[in-house]
Order: sequence, then structure tokens, then C-alpha cells
Amino acid sequence: MITATASIPESAQERMVAPSRFGDVIFRWLTLVMAFSVLVLVILVGWQLWRNSSLAIHKFGFHFLNTSKWDPVAEEFGALPFIYGTLISSLIALVIAVPLSIATAVFLTELAPMWIRQPLVSLIEMLAAIPSVILGLWGVFVMVPFLRLAVFPWLKKTLGFLPLFTGPIYGVSMLAGGIIVAIMILPIITSVSREILRSVPDLQREAAYGLGATRWEVTRIAVLSYAKNGLFGAVVLGLGRALGETMAVTMVIGNTPQIVASLFAPGYTLASVIANEFTEATTDVYLSALFEVGLVLFGVTIAVNLIAQLLVKTFVNTSAGAVQ
Amino acid sequence: MRESFYRWRKIKSGLVSALCLLCAVLVIAPLGLVFFHLLREGASAVNWSFFTNLPKPVGEIGGGMANAIVGTFELLGIAALIGVPTGVLGGVYLAEYGSVRVNWLLRFICDILNGVPSIIWGIVVYGLIVVPVKSFSALAGGVALGFIMIPLIVRMSEEVLLLVPNGYREAALALGIARWKMTLHIVLKTALKGLVTGVLLALARVAGETAPLLFTAFGNRFWNHNLHDPIAALPLQIFAYAISPYDDWHRQAWAGALVLVSMTFLVNVAVRFLTRSRSAALAK
Repeated sequence: MITATASIPESAQERMVAPSRFGDVIFRWLTLVMAFSVLVLVILVGWQLWRNSSLAIHKFGFHFLNTSKWDPVAEEFGALPFIYGTLISSLIALVIAVPLSIATAVFLTELAPMWIRQPLVSLIEMLAAIPSVILGLWGVFVMVPFLRLAVFPWLKKTLGFLPLFTGPIYGVSMLAGGIIVAIMILPIITSVSREILRSVPDLQREAAYGLGATRWEVTRIAVLSYAKNGLFGAVVLGLGRALGETMAVTMVIGNTPQIVASLFAPGYTLASVIANEFTEATTDVYLSALFEVGLVLFGVTIAVNLIAQLLVKTFVNTSAGAVQ
Repeated sequence: MRESFYRWRKIKSGLVSALCLLCAVLVIAPLGLVFFHLLREGASAVNWSFFTNLPKPVGEIGGGMANAIVGTFELLGIAALIGVPTGVLGGVYLAEYGSVRVNWLLRFICDILNGVPSIIWGIVVYGLIVVPVKSFSALAGGVALGFIMIPLIVRMSEEVLLLVPNGYREAALALGIARWKMTLHIVLKTALKGLVTGVLLALARVAGETAPLLFTAFGNRFWNHNLHDPIAALPLQIFAYAISPYDDWHRQAWAGALVLVSMTFLVNVAVRFLTRSRSAALAK
């Protein structure tokens, strides 16, 4: 290299090297700026939400989060019913989706014959590709009538002694919202759990098989207990998605700001109140309150996703280290 | 005693396997059900006029969603103009330049951004563009979708670029090509198929987004080719029709849903085909 540059005349060397170095610097900075645009986006979102909700933050302070009166006419806004609705519908979704997803992930990594695994994974990816609004459409015209006519009356008859399953049945309800969210988060929990289970080192399984364990015992002792932190991460990731689901939930949850025990009663979530009322917000305070609802939703999903990513990444890294 | 205990363990193992199979079937079930109803309700309403006509006013039977279909493609075009260059070049930085720590941070931010509810992007772009301009617009809708695409494409293009063997880079540099030319002509060109795949997947994903468009693109019952005016989009139209009280609109909502799902699935299947041939070529 040194001899080569030394033998080339000064002017020619400049011609060869200088323009390309210039291009390199430009290109490097260009890609750097583009890569850091994601950081800019995070700041942009936080700043926009904060700036636009400052009016409501100043006016209502902390009471925004713990009062339940939502009255646009009197300009009194408390987001508690939406926080409650978001939490309860996500909780229902997790109760339904977590066992199903993890069992499916176990089936896909430990039990299913090889030839069926890839097609099943593709089908689950297809489920993930269904747009939210279309699942909502199906929810409104197929699922909700079915729940109203068949499932809810049966639940009321058999489990009616619980306060959860009392009261009039409308069809659109907290429970319907929870079920549709469950369907939406099934694919993500399944696919992340599958990644987690696949990163469990085979040595674990072989050791358990070597002790004479059956297939289920291997799965339980060697795989599931080894992977429990990672699986927890997958569940939290699902929770993050559940909290922010908008369109499908808005279409089936009934959109009534109230806090009642019955799951048959309509509810409202943070995301769906924004979707429904944003374009109707006529006053500055109203709009600002909706921005604050968005800020709350953003803060919660960021926190939940942060925890989930840390759990999942730490697990995958440590088990990759264990193999080495 | 020991014999029967062993048999019980075997039976338990079999039972749990069966249970897991059942769960897998239950997870797939909604997909089948949604498809079944989409075909049953939507197929009868998808006809030629659906693709060529504007929506009819309430009460008149018929009409179509031509403007919404075109509008969706216009929005995707704007989104791609924002999301593709930013995302791919960001991915280039991660794959070709970044240090371990910076990459970890940026990847982490991308994953966090991918978890941000899409409705948040809607109100952020509302505050950013719609409020200053004082009008809902196609541009705002496209920007919202573009923002959603950026972290998706950064992650996907980084992964694809890392698949390019280092020997290619070294060979190019050894010939005296500048690094940026090497990246553009060798690395990006080699990874082109994978990049196209990633971009198509991201487009298919945002094509079905409704929430970010509610307060940006807003929807429109007529043709609009001015980027500063509200524009129709397929998901918005489906939503508006689904929550309306009219039977004929419900029928059209199903038809629109069938068209939208067919479009996203076609892209997904095409992409699967592309990646299959790519991984086969790499294996050779």
C-alpha cells in the first residue's frame, strides 16, 4: 500500500483519492442521519404529545388520571374509565391468549412433526397480517351476534353468581373487546415464544431425555422452566400490543365511559376514545384532553415495551452464551 | 406399580401433546373464520363497478370504492418516499458503519417504536402537519404511514445487509473502490431482492392501517388528486361503512375488506416466494 502510493505522482494520487474520501464522508453522515431519525421520531412523538396536551395537564393536573367524569360540555375530563377499560380488556386478552399462544409455541417447537411446522408458522403470520379494521368488521357482524345469542347467555346461566357475568347483555361489551384483542395478540405472543423456545439449548433437552423423561416432562422441566423469563417477556410484549389496539376494539367494545364490574357491559379504552372523539373535539381543552389520553397511552406502551424487550433480549443473549 | 406409573407418565405426555395440538388449532381458527365470512359476504359485492365507481349517496344501491383503492395507493406512494430511503439508509448505517453500542441502542429504539400504537402516530402527525396547515390532507396521511414504516424498514434492511458475505466487501475494497460506491454497487445490489421483500412487507403492513389515517387523510367520498386535500383510503372507507346503519354499506364494507385482505395476502405470498428462492440461492 505504502509503496504503491509512493510511486504514483502527487497529482494523480489526489485525483484518485480525494473525491472518493469526500464521497465517503458524505455517505457516512447521510446514513448516520437516517439511522438516528428513529431517535428523532421518539423525541418528536413525545414532544408533540406533551406540547398539545399541556393545556389539559395544567388545568386538571394529576386528577386527570384518577377522576372518572368525562363531560365535554362542562369541560371536565377524567381518564379513569378509559384507563380501566384498557387494563381490563388487555387483561381479558392476556387470560385468553397467553395459554393458547404458549401451548401453540410448545407444539411448534417441541411436539409437532417437522413437515407441519412451517405451514403452521405461515398461517400464524397470515393471522398477524389481517388488518385491525377487518377483524373489527368480522367482530361486529359475526362475533358479537354469536356472543350475544349463544355464549353470553350460557355464561350468565352457569357463572351468573359472579359479579363479572351479571347484568343485561348487549353484545358489544368489555368481554367482546377483550376477545378481539386476544385474537390480535395471539400471533405476536406465539411467534416470540417460539423464538424463545428455539433458543433453549438442546443440551437441556438431551440431559432430560437422558434421565428417561417423557416428552412432556422434558418440555416442562428442561424447556419451560429454563425459558420462563423469556416467555414472560413474550407475554409483556403481547400486553404492549393489547394496550394500544385501536380499530377492532373500538368497533366491538361499546364505547361507553363507565366503570362497572360486569364484563357484559360496554366499556371504553384509551385508544378508542381518541379514535372516536378526536375529530369531534370542538374546544381546545377537549382536544388537549384527548392529546393527554394519547400521552398516557404512549407512556404506558413505551414502558411496557421497554420491559418486554429487555426481558426477551437478555434471555436470547444469555442462552446463546450458554451454548458457547 | 412402577410399570403402571410409567404408563401413566406416557399417557400424560400424550394428553398434553393433544392439548397443545388443540391450542394450535384454536389459534388458527380465527383466520379460517374471518376468511370464510369475508368470502361469503364479500364475494357477492365485488364486481366491476366496485373497482370503477365512486361511492353512491345513502339510499342508492351500488357504487364502488374506486377512489379509496386509488387513494390507498397514493398514500402508500407518499409513505414509501419517506420510509424507504430513510429506512434503507438507516439500515446501511447499522450494517456497515455503526458500533456495537450505537447499534444496540438504535435497534432497541426501533423495536420500541414498532410497539407504539398506530393511533399515536395519527395524533402526532395531526399536531405536526394538520394543525399548522389547517387542513386534513393526503400528505399528512402519507407522512403518518411513512413514520410507521421507518423503524420497520431499518430493522429489516439491516438484517438483509448483514447476510451479504464480507468477502464481497473486501474484494471490492481491494480493487480500490471507494467505500460508499462499494456499499451502493456491491452490497445494496447483492441484497436488492431481500430489500425489496422487506419494503413490500412493510407496505403491506401499513396498507391496512386505519387509526393513523383517521385524523390525517380523513377520507373523502370523491376523487382527489391534490395532496393538500383529504383523500379516501380503503381501510377508512371500510371503517366508515362498517359502523354505518345501512345494509348496502355493510355489504360494501365486506367487499372492501375482501379486496384489502387479498392485496395484503398477495404481497405476503409473493414475498414468501421471493425469499424462498433467495435462501435456496444462498444455500447453493
